[in-house]
Amino acid sequence: MAHTHSIPSVDEQFEFTAESKRNLTIGIVAGVVLVGIGAFLAAKGVGGHEHAAATHGAAAHGHEAAHGAAAAEGHHYKWTTRLWANVWVNSVYFLGASVIGMFFIAYNYLAQAGWSAVFKRVPEALPAFLPVIGVVMLITFFVAGHDLFHWTHEGLYEVGGPEYDPIIAGKKGFLNTPFFVIRLVIYFVAWYWLWRVVRNYSLKEDLEGGTEYYEKSIKYGTAFLVVFAVTSSTSAWDLVMSIDTHWFSTMFGWYTLASWHVTGLAIITLIIVNLKEKGLLKAVNASHLHDLGKFMFAFSIFWAYVWFAQFMLIYYANLPEETIYYRERFSGYGGIYKAPFFINLLLCFVFPFLVLMTRDAKRTPIILKIACWGIIVGHYFDFYTNIMPGTVGEHGGFGPIEFGMILIFACAFIWSVSTQLAKANLIPKNHPMLEESLHHDI
Amino acid sequence: MSQHNDSAKFLVGVYDDDEVVLKAVTEVKSAGVRIHEVYTPFPIHGLDVALGHPRTRIGIAAFLFGLTGFLCMVALTYYTMGYDWPMIIGGKDHYAYPAYIPVMFEFTVLFTALGMVGTFLISNGLGPTTKPLMFDLRSTDNKFVMAIDLSKNKQSETEIASVLRASGAAEVNVKQF
Repeated sequence: MAHTHSIPSVDEQFEFTAESKRNLTIGIVAGVVLVGIGAFLAAKGVGGHEHAAATHGAAAHGHEAAHGAAAAEGHHYKWTTRLWANVWVNSVYFLGASVIGMFFIAYNYLAQAGWSAVFKRVPEALPAFLPVIGVVMLITFFVAGHDLFHWTHEGLYEVGGPEYDPIIAGKKGFLNTPFFVIRLVIYFVAWYWLWRVVRNYSLKEDLEGGTEYYEKSIKYGTAFLVVFAVTSSTSAWDLVMSIDTHWFSTMFGWYTLASWHVTGLAIITLIIVNLKEKGLLKAVNASHLHDLGKFMFAFSIFWAYVWFAQFMLIYYANLPEETIYYRERFSGYGGIYKAPFFINLLLCFVFPFLVLMTRDAKRTPIILKIACWGIIVGHYFDFYTNIMPGTVGEHGGFGPIEFGMILIFACAFIWSVSTQLAKANLIPKNHPMLEESLHHDI
Repeated sequence: MSQHNDSAKFLVGVYDDDEVVLKAVTEVKSAGVRIHEVYTPFPIHGLDVALGHPRTRIGIAAFLFGLTGFLCMVALTYYTMGYDWPMIIGGKDHYAYPAYIPVMFEFTVLFTALGMVGTFLISNGLGPTTKPLMFDLRSTDNKFVMAIDLSKNKQSETEIASVLRASGAAEVNVKQF
């Protein structure tokens, strides 16, 4: 009813209160304590119930489980590997959550979309976390790269050496430490710089108005999409796929992008709903929520489509060097990855598909919130099942380290987003499409 | 929807502007006149709400069509590959269901699409033998047309015509089918 509703004021300021800062600090401290407890237990070799189960299962599937990535453990397993593997899982996850903010902004600019203008500040706030992730990833790579990435071992490339691996040696042109680090730096610099530019335009537009910044943002947003079209795939290969060095899938870039995208959409929606509950973003109406719900619904299906396309071909072709990937997750390592594997499918596809199907569900904030949480948790398991088997193998599981690490990263991420949200008016006052967005009605 | 007897008589208000016709709907309704339907060259936001149309059940229909297609393929693949003539292909189980998910998906989509075409034709009275009600050809071009079924209203023809004119109609015509 475009003609009957009244438009609330667009002057709104988000306040990052001392109370929420305190809560987030408590969260981070609790996370550190949990990780500390977990690390202590792991160092002493306690908490080995997963380990005991794993050795039992590994005996049954011995030859498969020992193959591939697990062979990386030919060097003996150190308990710190699980710590770093957790840092890596969370880094990849929140890297996606951050960069998708820019992705969302960029394609909305390119499409000259009007509807999203009113809540544009929310996706715009996400990528500020990128430098943190970049630094954490580089440190992790330098400290624990040897434990996480099998391909970093020098012996694999020595022709005739005891560890020589012709398959991995054939990938040396791409998978070598200098090039890997250069790529990692390029990703973060390019993504962060392009976001910074568009963000600055957006802040200046608030003060000065006019369409000049809008036009420029379209150009830089398009540049980002061109960059991201390549780097989203290559970063997925580097950060996730290269852990299982022998294995490869041509779907992997898309698959990771789909996973990141729907996670980002769920986080954006969750932030918007939460802000609305706090009495902010009053101009966001049921139609905006409906469209965000459709977005999440559609991209959950897209994710499942890509997931299945990857699985289906490997399943049907039945080539041992490909099926090992699913074998490890499905029954390898004593089956400890079977539960995360199915929880992932359930939470990322079945759950949002059924919950978000009806129109009313997409317009009801509480149901949207439930679906968002399902997707957000589900995609953690997505990256968990992708990264953990190749890094910690039979030593994986869910304990204080996992929960603590999630808590640390999540609180730091919320901190970063809140800081950015507080920096400017919550609604971009002079955005040329704002008027259209305020009257959004479907 | 288009249930009508052969001697149905309609008053047709022709409007020049989408904003005007949207306001007119509320005015005409508040004057106690029942509106048969409004025809516009393009969709007008909020018109369905103003007319008080009940919520569409098209989503439920689509879901059921899709479910039918899905179940048909589950049944067919299971009957042929798992029950009637089980075969081992590529070392898989007799009924290797992941292999049949694509065809289940495609039939879900196909049944939904065809079902929706059928639903559209039936619910709009556009079947091969039905004759659609055409109140004013210009409603496909640049005019906004409000049709009022005289047999469903207590007021006289002149009373309704004056309500229509007062609400901004440029012309008021009589249409007999």
